[in-house]
Amino acid sequence: MKQHPPKKVRSDLNPSRLLTFKIDDRDVTAHEDETILSVARQNNIIIPTLCHLDGLSERGACRLCIVEVRGSTKLLPACVTFPRQDMEIITNSKRVINYRKKILELLFTERNHVCSVCVANGHCELQNLAVELGVDHVRYPYLYPRHDVDASHSRFCIDHNRCVLCLRCVRVCDEIEGAHTWDIMGRGMTSKVITDLNQPWGTSETCTGCGKCVQVCPTGALTEKGKSVAEMSKRRQFLPYLQMMRGRQGGSWQK
Amino acid sequence: MAKISLATIWLDGCSGCHMSFLDMDERFLDLAGQVDILFSPLVDNKVFPDHVDVTLVEGAVSNDSDKKNIAIIRQQSTIVVAFGDCAITANVPGMRNRYPVEAVLQRAYIENAAPPQQRSNGQPSKEGISFHTVPQLARMARPIHECIPVDFFLPGCPPPPRAILYLLTEILAGRTPQMHGWTRFGA
Repeated sequence: MKQHPPKKVRSDLNPSRLLTFKIDDRDVTAHEDETILSVARQNNIIIPTLCHLDGLSERGACRLCIVEVRGSTKLLPACVTFPRQDMEIITNSKRVINYRKKILELLFTERNHVCSVCVANGHCELQNLAVELGVDHVRYPYLYPRHDVDASHSRFCIDHNRCVLCLRCVRVCDEIEGAHTWDIMGRGMTSKVITDLNQPWGTSETCTGCGKCVQVCPTGALTEKGKSVAEMSKRRQFLPYLQMMRGRQGGSWQK
Repeated sequence: MAKISLATIWLDGCSGCHMSFLDMDERFLDLAGQVDILFSPLVDNKVFPDHVDVTLVEGAVSNDSDKKNIAIIRQQSTIVVAFGDCAITANVPGMRNRYPVEAVLQRAYIENAAPPQQRSNGQPSKEGISFHTVPQLARMARPIHECIPVDFFLPGCPPPPRAILYLLTEILAGRTPQMHGWTRFGA
């Protein structure tokens, strides 16, 4: 799924250029290899995200970080878009906010998110985003699709009803743990995260049982067994540290 | 401040939202001086009144009786509030939506009922469930705003008492309640 980044160019021979541009009418400066999202965060400009996680590669899957760029009719995802000199970026226009709400509402309709009985209630990024974006109801008809729960692993459980297809699990398993147990099958909203060759998680031969996928999952889709309603809080402080340590070893994981 | 007429109704829900409504404690007494509760599980009125200023609707629309009632509520209320997650998302009642009605009834009233030896006739029912006396379940439990236009949404399972009080206070004062930050799905 992931393209490994090309070998890093020597920065002493090819110093990265500094760019100046505008985010929400504020003058900002950034290196050319920094994303709009990263620059915005450095300047305390808040752009909501769901699939982004510090320490993992960018995926651009959720589209919640879309921003407007003056002169372009398209809305661009801030996490995978790089700035250009004199670009004018708007992160909070009515149009952008309206689309973000729609995206979030569609995410709620595509699976069965029942916050009140979810293990991640109160610790869920999807739930928090609904509060943040002021989504108090969903304007699209709920689909109520039928999805399975796989509890075959001895310590963990996956409930596809709560999956938002952010693919953090796939990325952390590949990029940090190096096992690549998780992957994705299918197309569009019928996609599904799978372990190994779409087999029960408990029968996976590659899974090391490290649990990083569980900790990075933004919702209650991946959970530890034995947790009841609202008990599954996630712990992901380890991620930037692990990424740094893996990078120090060199090899294909180096960023 | 003029008194407003208030109705509350409970469709496919657990009454938890009504419990939260009562949980306002002594603030409920202040509120009682400002509203006339015309229709509610809390008062003894069997027929929905011809006109109500504000109706709080708890629960999803899940059977033919709910469908009939929700239309009456919309017609006879000035403001309809979707009261709690079941009314807004179908929430727990909606968890049956993935399965056909027959399978749901089979599971709830036959497979999970008392073991055969404890039943009066000693035999599990073969002909399934009859709907002669209770409303027919719809194929799916749906949020109320999929059936009628809704004026305000009060998420939460249940919505916290202070959020309910805030909503009613704002309506009483003739303002538009801004529910942002007061509650959330799942509460």
